[in-house]
Amino acid sequence: MEGSTIIFYLLAALTLGNALLAVTTRQIFRAAIYLLFSLIGIAGLYFWLHYEFIAAVQIVVYVGGIVVLIIFSIFLTQQAGEKMPQQKLSRQLFAALAAFCGLALILVQVFQHVFTATTQAAVEPSVANIGNQMLGTDVGGYALPFEVVSILLLAALIGCIVIALRTKTTNDTI
Amino acid sequence: MPNTFYILLIPLLPLATFVMLGLFGRKYFQNTSGVIATVLLLAATVLAMYVAYGYFFNYGKAGGVYQKLIPVSYHWLEFSKGLSIDIGVILDPISAIMLVVVTFVSLMVHLYSLAYMKGDERFATYYAFLGLFTFSMLSLVLSSNIFQMYIFWELVGVSSFLLIGYYYDKPSAVAACKKAFIVTRFADVGFLIGILVLSFYSGTLDFKTLIATLTSPESSALKNAVSASFLGMSALTWGLILVFIGGAGKSAMFPLHIWLPDAMEGPTPVSALIHAATMVVAGVFLVARLFPVFAVDITALNVVAYVGAFSALFAAVIACTQTDIKRVLAYSTMSQIGFMMFALGVSKYGGEDGLGYGASMFHLFTHAMFKALLFLGAGAVIHYVHSNEMKDMGGLRKFLPITHITFLIACLAIAGVPPFAGFFSKEEILLAAYQSNKAIYYIALITSGLTAFYMFRLYFSIFWKKPYHSHNVHSATADKHGEGGFAMMFPLLLLAIGAAGAGFIPFGNYVSSDGNALKSEMHLSFSIAPVALGLIGIFTAMWLYKKENNKPDSIAAKLNGLYKSAYHKFYIDEIYLFITNKVIFNLIGRPAAWFDKNVVDGLVNATGNTTQFISEKIKGLQSGKVQQYAIYFLASVIGLAVLFIYLWK
Amino acid sequence: MHPGLNEILFISTVLFFIGVYGFFTRRNLVTMLMSIELILNSVNLNFIAFNKYLWPNRLDGLFFTIFIIAIAAAEAAVAIAIIINLYRTHKSIDVENAEELKY
Repeated sequence: MEGSTIIFYLLAALTLGNALLAVTTRQIFRAAIYLLFSLIGIAGLYFWLHYEFIAAVQIVVYVGGIVVLIIFSIFLTQQAGEKMPQQKLSRQLFAALAAFCGLALILVQVFQHVFTATTQAAVEPSVANIGNQMLGTDVGGYALPFEVVSILLLAALIGCIVIALRTKTTNDTI
Repeated sequence: MPNTFYILLIPLLPLATFVMLGLFGRKYFQNTSGVIATVLLLAATVLAMYVAYGYFFNYGKAGGVYQKLIPVSYHWLEFSKGLSIDIGVILDPISAIMLVVVTFVSLMVHLYSLAYMKGDERFATYYAFLGLFTFSMLSLVLSSNIFQMYIFWELVGVSSFLLIGYYYDKPSAVAACKKAFIVTRFADVGFLIGILVLSFYSGTLDFKTLIATLTSPESSALKNAVSASFLGMSALTWGLILVFIGGAGKSAMFPLHIWLPDAMEGPTPVSALIHAATMVVAGVFLVARLFPVFAVDITALNVVAYVGAFSALFAAVIACTQTDIKRVLAYSTMSQIGFMMFALGVSKYGGEDGLGYGASMFHLFTHAMFKALLFLGAGAVIHYVHSNEMKDMGGLRKFLPITHITFLIACLAIAGVPPFAGFFSKEEILLAAYQSNKAIYYIALITSGLTAFYMFRLYFSIFWKKPYHSHNVHSATADKHGEGGFAMMFPLLLLAIGAAGAGFIPFGNYVSSDGNALKSEMHLSFSIAPVALGLIGIFTAMWLYKKENNKPDSIAAKLNGLYKSAYHKFYIDEIYLFITNKVIFNLIGRPAAWFDKNVVDGLVNATGNTTQFISEKIKGLQSGKVQQYAIYFLASVIGLAVLFIYLWK
Repeated sequence: MHPGLNEILFISTVLFFIGVYGFFTRRNLVTMLMSIELILNSVNLNFIAFNKYLWPNRLDGLFFTIFIIAIAAAEAAVAIAIIINLYRTHKSIDVENAEELKY
């Protein structure tokens, strides 16, 4: 048993276990923390796959941004210590059944399929290569999607502000 | 033809009366409506006489034979080549005669009603309805197309309905007008089916063409109609009998006669016009119009003859027991129309064999005169006494002299006493019956005797029997209001002249089955039997009724069962009521109503209820819960994926 | 044996369906949002795995992952804004209380 194999299985267990806890726990703050650890596990998997850049982006954006945002919203909207109510049992069972069926279907398909890898030379996913490709405009260049995503981010920014804006009350002084 | 415009004007003048008085009468013309209507009708009468004179003496004949002329024809609804409803006018001997009869009697009634209906608050409406009736009857006799005649047939029935129910706040009048309309409408179903059968086989609806197609011996239409048989009788027989059923309903032949006595609920001038002289002879007119086709089929002709003869006898027996003077006159009308019917039934077509036809039409003409006179006279009596029952009358000859004399003339005419009009027409009928069918001859003879008896029973009970005491008037001054004025007496006098003198017209020269003149001879030896029987009837009535005595009651007690059933009109009304209530309503009506309410309505309601039930059950699918939607979504996607991956062939 | 593509696909699939289960079952809007993040992460893992094992000569999977992360961040922000707005009107973020669009 190699070390990388062990590390892989540990990371997998970390990810899946925390994810499961995140969706079943009855205390909301703990759910957020479990989510945080699950995302760290994902980042670990990226590191194991030798895609360091993505792992870093994951930690910075997801863990450091989105989970913090979620924790903010928890504090803004309710008490963090109370136990949350659960769905009725029939719904839970049915949902579990549906999820399990879907899981089985896809796993069967995945394991039956024969994935053929390409035989061409590999490209090192270093920051320099990523930068050249992302901002390049020749074949394999992603400059256009990059610009589009930035427009989307602008729209999302404005949208958030508009949606969360408190409407003016009627008796406001000039 | 120079007179086309005048011919069209004859029915249109009363129509104008109807429209004007119907729309504006109540508001503008209330008091003058009678005069307006009478003047317009006078113009129509003059025109009718002018047209009839022109037809009979100037242009009607061609080669010595009276022709059927069609001055006006307008092509209206076409069903197929040759089968179309045209609106047209036909001018032949019977329609010319009917023009004169209808307009003249209607004019007399209009004049009479000026005094009789004076002061009635719906005066204008009354004259409007009279105008509608006159228009419909005139158009009926002038119709050149059998479907056009059916249209006006129905319109005449509507006018009768409106006029019988004129006093609409009396429940008996309302019941009577409904009964009349329903019975005649029921008979008209037969008429319509008969029209369809006849027009199917002859391929046309036009009278002239229909008659020509179905009577010429070589025509294929006739062969088809005769050979196609249904339940033992040929199609031609069925068609003719069904048409006769329609005529029997309108002419109150047994067993469709039940509406005529009840129709006496209408005002008396209406009874004189519609239910004595004109509308009830529409059935006879119909058979006469189609007579050439009837003559081809002996079975249908026999049906006409026997129904007519039986109705005549039946009505005469009942009339001997009735106490309401208008009911007596109603049954007398039914009896006389029976005479006209069987006269047609025993006749044949062509030459001297067509004596019955000529006799029937002659009797129609004279009957219109004396029956209208009888009814108008009865109206004068009722107007004076304020009651319809014979027990309230008696000894009125001192108080109503003109009415008395004219009533006597009419009774003598109807009893067949020479030289009044009824004698001549009845002689011809009896002669025609004697020559063809002895059984009907004997029935007719007995009926003539009974006719004389009950008419004079009526006469003596009104004008002789006992001295008149007015019970229900307040003081002696009421007796002074006497007979009605000029407006009521003048029509009586004119009609009396007609009843007395009409017999001397050589009718056979003008009206006969094929247009050739009939030689009308007087067989004096033949006339002895009927006249003798009539005189016996008169003297029996005089013996029993001239003075007050108890002989009639003792005779009635001896003939107990027969008298009672005749008094109750042989329970025919009760039989009809039984059949409709117990049989039709219970056995057909109630199950049909149950079916309609529970099955038909139930089906529709069930559709609605089921839809509602299902929608209640599935509305939960739109619960507003996002997660539920997401579960359905995922489940469907998995299902579709399984379908496409594994099950798609 | 050394874990290959199949194991990673297994992990990402399980993660995906854990997220789906959480989305169906949780009554709280914020926890639903967390489930959505799990789903998006599983997709990211898929992209990276395919990029490494099937198409190592290109970086398409990596770029898609970057874009998905960016978009997920934007979407989470918008979702939080909506949740805050909903909290203002309903005074609760129980998703069962937001069922006005029913029959």
